[in-house]
Amino acid sequence: MSEVVLSVGNLTVGYGDIRAVKGISFEVQAGEIFTLIGANGAGKTSTLRALSGMLRYGGTVCLNGRDLRGLAAEEIVTAGLAHVPEGRRVFGPLTVLENLKLGAWIRRSQRAAVAADLERMFTFFPRLHERRDQLAGTLSGGEQQMLAVARALMSQARLLVLDEPSMGLAPKLVKEIYAVLREINREGVTLLLVEQNANLALRLADRAAVLETGVITLAGESAALLQDARVREAYLGA
Amino acid sequence: MVGAFACLLLVSLVPLPFIVALLAVMVITAVLGALIERVAYRPLRQAPRVSAIITALGCGLVIQNTTLSLSPYARPMPRLFESRTFEFAGVTLNSLQLFIIGVSGVLMLGLDFVIRKTDWGIALRATASDRATVPLMGVPVNRVISLTFAVGGALAGAAGVLYSQAYPVVGAAMGALIGWKAFVAAVIGGIGSIRGAVLGGYILGVVEVTTVVVLPSTWRDLIAYSLLLVILIFKPNGLLGSAAQQKV
Repeated sequence: MSEVVLSVGNLTVGYGDIRAVKGISFEVQAGEIFTLIGANGAGKTSTLRALSGMLRYGGTVCLNGRDLRGLAAEEIVTAGLAHVPEGRRVFGPLTVLENLKLGAWIRRSQRAAVAADLERMFTFFPRLHERRDQLAGTLSGGEQQMLAVARALMSQARLLVLDEPSMGLAPKLVKEIYAVLREINREGVTLLLVEQNANLALRLADRAAVLETGVITLAGESAALLQDARVREAYLGA
Repeated sequence: MVGAFACLLLVSLVPLPFIVALLAVMVITAVLGALIERVAYRPLRQAPRVSAIITALGCGLVIQNTTLSLSPYARPMPRLFESRTFEFAGVTLNSLQLFIIGVSGVLMLGLDFVIRKTDWGIALRATASDRATVPLMGVPVNRVISLTFAVGGALAGAAGVLYSQAYPVVGAAMGALIGWKAFVAAVIGGIGSIRGAVLGGYILGVVEVTTVVVLPSTWRDLIAYSLLLVILIFKPNGLLGSAAQQKV
């Protein structure tokens, strides 16, 4: 029943002599929300960038049983992993609609299906519908984050990887985005979420792992981690 | 220059109708454009921006001097276009001039459409704004950039053929001055803005011709480049450019 979507084995990522990720292993199961929490510089972003083919890495990454080694970043999207990058990275000089269309690049020949998905995104994020002809660079931070999530979903990937979607946003907007993430997950998309905001992430996720200076120091059900004394002291300020 | 020479070579080997020769040259220069990108630009993809400018100048020198070693003297270009002169509302025109305006109009509108409306155009603009993020959309960046250079090459080839019909002497150095003027036009309009480049081209052309009519003709380049300086001082991003945009 618990089918493994993503399996990461002994992953290492380095920049020159600096080892940012020092051999971590975890598995993400179909339909769940898995979160990696940790402080700045713990290796969270490096891990995600390795998964989506943006960084060279050691160890193995398997998506639905397929080894991703050697695949270019754009091929990994086709394999079914979509990445919402840190800092949103929407295309500023393009309109909201163009950003979304670009997210559907790998299935751009299926015009009807793409159009239906656009409508679906607009029901998730009505604000994007209002601003669909506006340049993405003129959106507020929260709207840009919504656009980044919607753009990734347009690929119809079954695994969505999110790098700090709450970063720099007002609490109300964070709540809004997290509500949509929950909804997306309910529709069957598996989520791998990286967050500094441990409290938020642990409340959303089913399972979690704590990353500290490139090593996983703790892993388990998020409900259990929320109660864990070490997590509470280090990340929840309790 | 390559477009004009390719055209000259083609028509001296096979007597092609003008339109066929034009299209064939566009294919040749498109391939050359993509090849130049592969050899001279892609290895410098991660290098500082100035490297791209240096490699562009270097490519120009290599191509010009290769041509010069193969054909040291300028050659006459045969007329491929049956041109008739007529008068319209007091203006003397010939059909070649109209044809050139027509073809460039079609090419400009076509390019504008492709860049604004098609999936490739969207991918191209996204690549220009944030190349690192584009692969996360599943877009093959290398192919987008190759295609961009191919399109650029095809358009330059068409320009070379049309120019060599209007001024029918082809030589290795013929493209250099045109290239600089194209650059000036792009700066006037705003680097990164295609409509701006078109506008800049027309402004530059009108200014040059007006100068020749009003002032001694030797002042032409002085006035044209002074215009460039004035625009750079008051509108550093050009007439239609915005600060955030950049070229691929």
